[in-house]
Amino acid sequence: MLQLFKLAFRNLGRNRRRSFFSALALGMGLAILLLMASVLDGEMRQAMEGTIRLQSGHLQVRASTYNEDRTSLAWEDLIEKPDEMARKIASLEPVAAATPRLFASGIAMSGDKSQGVRVIGIDPASAANEPYIKGLVNGEFLKSDDRDGILIGLPLAEKFDLNVGDRLSLLINTSDGSVDTQNFVIRGIYSTRTTPYDKSTVFLTLAKAQAITRTENHASIIFILLKDRAQTEAVVNALQAGSLQVKTWMQMNELVLQTEQFADAYMIVLFLIVLAITATVIVNTLVMAVFERTREIGILSAIGMRSSRIMAMFFAESVLLGIGGIVIGLILGGLMVVYAANIGFYIGNMGVSGMLLGDRIYAHLTLGDTITLTITALVVALLAALYPALLAARMEPVQALHGGKK
Amino acid sequence: MEVVKTENVSRIYKVGEVETIALRDVSLSIENGEFTALIGPSGSGKTTLLQLLGCLDQPTSGRVWINGQDVSRLNRNQRADVRRGTIGFIFQFFALIPTLTAYENVEMPLLLNGHAPSQRRERVMQLLEAVGLTDRANNRPDQLSGGQQQRVAIARALAPNPSLILADEPTANLDTPNGKQIMEIMERLNRETGVTFVFATHDPRVIQFARRVVALSDGLISSDTVIEQAAPVV
Repeated sequence: MLQLFKLAFRNLGRNRRRSFFSALALGMGLAILLLMASVLDGEMRQAMEGTIRLQSGHLQVRASTYNEDRTSLAWEDLIEKPDEMARKIASLEPVAAATPRLFASGIAMSGDKSQGVRVIGIDPASAANEPYIKGLVNGEFLKSDDRDGILIGLPLAEKFDLNVGDRLSLLINTSDGSVDTQNFVIRGIYSTRTTPYDKSTVFLTLAKAQAITRTENHASIIFILLKDRAQTEAVVNALQAGSLQVKTWMQMNELVLQTEQFADAYMIVLFLIVLAITATVIVNTLVMAVFERTREIGILSAIGMRSSRIMAMFFAESVLLGIGGIVIGLILGGLMVVYAANIGFYIGNMGVSGMLLGDRIYAHLTLGDTITLTITALVVALLAALYPALLAARMEPVQALHGGKK
Repeated sequence: MEVVKTENVSRIYKVGEVETIALRDVSLSIENGEFTALIGPSGSGKTTLLQLLGCLDQPTSGRVWINGQDVSRLNRNQRADVRRGTIGFIFQFFALIPTLTAYENVEMPLLLNGHAPSQRRERVMQLLEAVGLTDRANNRPDQLSGGQQQRVAIARALAPNPSLILADEPTANLDTPNGKQIMEIMERLNRETGVTFVFATHDPRVIQFARRVVALSDGLISSDTVIEQAAPVV
């Protein structure tokens, strides 16, 4: 076996430039695949994490009749005494944060400009507000006793040309089906780098939101974040919701999950295209080698080398090309992934409803993807050697000794 | 004892609709220890007969036995198994593997036969000494002269202790002194080891080394002469 690889190594060394470029082709293929896989994984991870942190949480407890699409404010569709329930849920070990939130739809107005917004009443003290606190670009976060403060997103502030301390008028639906209008002072401006979300989401304190929508001591949901999303089912079982409904992040983010599945399938097609191109280069290299070494194949056959061993010789060359390609691929791919993971790719305003995506994608390469793609590259190199190896093994020694003629 | 025997062997090559008869009903028996020349002009069937004796090719009709085994209808791998360890080849074009050193070229048949490293080392050095190339063991073919390459080929052919060595025009690409040296080495090894040599040639200076001369013409054996005493004057 060692002799076989020694011979294979020397054979590759006969035409170093050609062997190098073949390995480079495989390496570049692997590098591109590593980058593609890491960008896709990063994108899907960000989409899911972003949607969970900003929109769905890991779990939501809702009234059984609550309809998310209608943003109902009718008391029977809301949770009564939500603070008490949130405290109980927060006491569960796997729960990182549980906080009541009230949703209402409204229109933000300033001067002659207006923008439809989703108003969210929050408990300013909750740890679930971290994305907005961390994302503050100006001003300060809401305080629990703030009765006329509002937190707005950066795109909305830019659209209205408003800053901290300016006033914003909010027309808001109420629980009795009417609307109310009130002026608020902008306390802070936040950015989650998710433009569609930031442009259309404003925050009030829960108490103020309850007061203006006349939903006194009620909330739309209990927003729950877990320490580990693997604990979802365990917490669902522990909640014993009774007349309430408990929605998991998987149920609430079907779009993201479906997009992830679609993206995975799409990636497989791209993988196959890249690998097919790479395989073609290797096939070409080895077929040329077979034709150049026809007489040698005849000599080896004449001195008793069996077909299987002749095949093994070409497979060994392919394995060596594959290993060379993998080393190149891991270095090139590693550099590209490090760049994409730290600097990221600016994608602009790409978020869609139900899937919140930041304006920049950061690559995330998993060990699993790296191992899978590395093994795949080696398998492709081996498969690519199959045709040339068979070509060599099927040569009749007499013809091969005459350079393929006779 | 017969090392190789053919019985009514014919070989017809077919290219498209055109058939070329290379050998016609050739029956020949080579005994152990012979030093036999196959002679004849180009196209007489020498190389074809050598390929059939060497189990490199299969006859269109007739039968070939090597060491008593009928090899006429063996498949590619079975023929490779017969060749390995039983038959050594020396070709006109030196036929060494260019990426391997002289040592490694001689070692190759031993590797294929699964010899232990220590056995291989001992055997290769013994053979390189026998052909006078001990000091060239680590040279690759492109660092050797034509005569030296052919001596390496002889050593390689002898490596697995074969019962038959077939040489196709072994001196055709060599100058006279080198051709003479090659024939002397082959003749000496035949004498010392008892291995059977059959070589195809049309060079009269080489034929003089033979102790038996089989002449071919148009695919037929035209004469088969045993020579009592070789007169090597090249």
